[in-house]
Amino acid sequence: MKSKRNPKKQIAVLGLTVAGMFGFAYALVPLYEIFCEITGFGGGTFEQAVIASDVKSGYIVSDGGNREVTVQFLADIGRGLPWEFRPTEKQMRVKVGEVHETRYYARNFANHSVTGQAVPSVTPAFGATSLQKVECFCFTEQTLDAGEEVVMPVLFYVDEDLRADVGTLTLSYSFFPVESAEVGVMNHATANMEHL
Amino acid sequence: MIAHADNIPSGRHPLVKFILRWLLTTNHKEIGTLYLSFSFLLFFIGGAFALTFRAELAQPGLQFMGADFYNQMVTLHGLVMVFGAVMPAFVGLANYMIPLQIGASDMALPRLNNFSFWIMPFAFGLLLSSLFMPGGAPDFGWTLYAPLSTTYGPPSTDFLILGGQLMGISSILGAINIIVTIFNLRAPGMTLMKMPMFVWTWLITAFLLIMAMPVLAGVVTMMLTDRHFGTSFFEASGGGDPLIFQHVFWFFGHPEVYIMILPGFGIASQIIPTFARKPLFGYASMVYATAAIAGLSFVVWGHHMFATGMPLATELWFMYATMLIAVPTGVKVFNWVATMWDGSMTFETPMLFALGFVVMFTIGGFSGLMLAVAPVDFQYHDTFFVVAHIHYVLYPGAIFATMAAVYYWIPKWTGNMYDERLGKIHFWTAVVALNLTFFPMHFVGLGGMPRRIADYALPFTGLNTFATAGAFLLGVTQVLFLYIIIKTVRGGPKATDQVWEGAEGLEWTLPSPLPLHTFETPPKVD
Repeated sequence: MKSKRNPKKQIAVLGLTVAGMFGFAYALVPLYEIFCEITGFGGGTFEQAVIASDVKSGYIVSDGGNREVTVQFLADIGRGLPWEFRPTEKQMRVKVGEVHETRYYARNFANHSVTGQAVPSVTPAFGATSLQKVECFCFTEQTLDAGEEVVMPVLFYVDEDLRADVGTLTLSYSFFPVESAEVGVMNHATANMEHL
Repeated sequence: MIAHADNIPSGRHPLVKFILRWLLTTNHKEIGTLYLSFSFLLFFIGGAFALTFRAELAQPGLQFMGADFYNQMVTLHGLVMVFGAVMPAFVGLANYMIPLQIGASDMALPRLNNFSFWIMPFAFGLLLSSLFMPGGAPDFGWTLYAPLSTTYGPPSTDFLILGGQLMGISSILGAINIIVTIFNLRAPGMTLMKMPMFVWTWLITAFLLIMAMPVLAGVVTMMLTDRHFGTSFFEASGGGDPLIFQHVFWFFGHPEVYIMILPGFGIASQIIPTFARKPLFGYASMVYATAAIAGLSFVVWGHHMFATGMPLATELWFMYATMLIAVPTGVKVFNWVATMWDGSMTFETPMLFALGFVVMFTIGGFSGLMLAVAPVDFQYHDTFFVVAHIHYVLYPGAIFATMAAVYYWIPKWTGNMYDERLGKIHFWTAVVALNLTFFPMHFVGLGGMPRRIADYALPFTGLNTFATAGAFLLGVTQVLFLYIIIKTVRGGPKATDQVWEGAEGLEWTLPSPLPLHTFETPPKVD
């Protein structure tokens, strides 16, 4: 039976489906990021927690009811960054709801200045939204002159909404080189971390 | 209007005429023949790659090649077999048989059909040329995982990407052609629910192709722009995530595995009723089961990624959705068995291959169920158990189905019967060889032997030597198959029009061998 439908229209619809699926492959990238943002999947923690100005270690954000968790610190270097980068302490016990400070050490052993950007990640992934950073070198790009060494503070607290069965959070930073011709100009530029 | 073989201008050199005939043909039977021959050639090339790395795996240690070349062989074997052997073979059968089975004179878009085919040699020319390039061929596995394929891929990866895009265009155009043909060119009286199962499974496969291949084209394009144009889809330092590659790839990849098996379901559903001399049991449920499998194939991709640290809820979803696929697949296997129940069965070669398909594909289905169980998948992940599973669904699945189809329809195509004795020898050697090759892989996989590594621990030696012996025997059976085909094309006992006593369907009402043009006036179906 000859179909009453128009073959040209069918071909157009099928062609549009192909174009739509090609676009969908690209749409999966932002969709995945939205998924990660909602679930914390991937462990990305990109936002700066705003609680009060001039917060110091020991500031009580909320009452965590004496609950304590362990926070571990990791550091990694991305490909092509001639730096040494490590946490100054491997782990610490922290009171939930209280601001704590730790430090990361970095040294540029190249003979020229190099700019890097640190990307944070928290494991387990669903703990990512509970580990709030108040101050962090990862919020901006960092430029180190030849041979320069720095100690960079991280101010953070563990939110009381952390799931009860989690006793340990691991905070990891990967430092990636920033490919920029204008390293000096980029020094104080505030990187918008949200697109990460 | 259409450059048929019989209106190429006369008076040219016979060789020129021969080349022009095959280059310009728009006849579905000739294009089907081209597809089938091309896929058979690539089947041998992909098989040669497999034998190369199986030779290396015969003994522990490195005897014949370094790990680099081993990885290149594994990668090209996968890509060539999936995209160059299995898919074009099914497209070739579709081109040849769908117009005959629905009573159409040709495909709806014959020139597009010619174009779809002739893209393929260029696509695989690009891919295979990478073997001869500095830095070697792609070496990251057929799954092309980033960042192995982006940051660390050899320069020849770009040839793979462009070849992959061409191949995708070819498949998409072919699929559009098949859908439009089936929707518009069915003989009067052939409603959708009267179509032969091979046509039905191909209609659904074509929709899978339309939905999945553009996603593959998208992901390889992202690879290309990540490699050369400064994007960071899969580059963590630029804000991307390598895991996105796996999500996008497997969103294509899982429908892809059903693209490689659904036409095989259709072929088995044609052959088993013929040799059981009974109509197919549960025709409507077969159609719905195929559609259900196709629909589910788009929501289960995460079962390839259980070990990437997915949230528990996601793992549960992918686990249950994957196991759900066993239900429609079980319906199909049940229907095939019920078709044979109480039938007057005979066991000619096509039937043997179809039965081999049902039995051994089911084994592959069971190992698939094991892999679907998220908690235990962590043990099986990236081991030879996975290799055993994919080869049990693809070899007795896609390849046995294709061979069954060739034995089933070749008397119709050529007018000659194949050599039944050789066909049976082919089947039984292939069964022994493929089980010898792939069954031990279950055990070494469960024992912890990782896939895609050129060397292995000493305790795996015995089973690997068996597998290598099986692989070479399997290679020999392909040469026998080639010999049988050539022998049948050249001559043999004449086939009747109906060929098989129990065969039903429009294609068997045509003369054997088939004339170049058939059903120029549509038949009437009641």
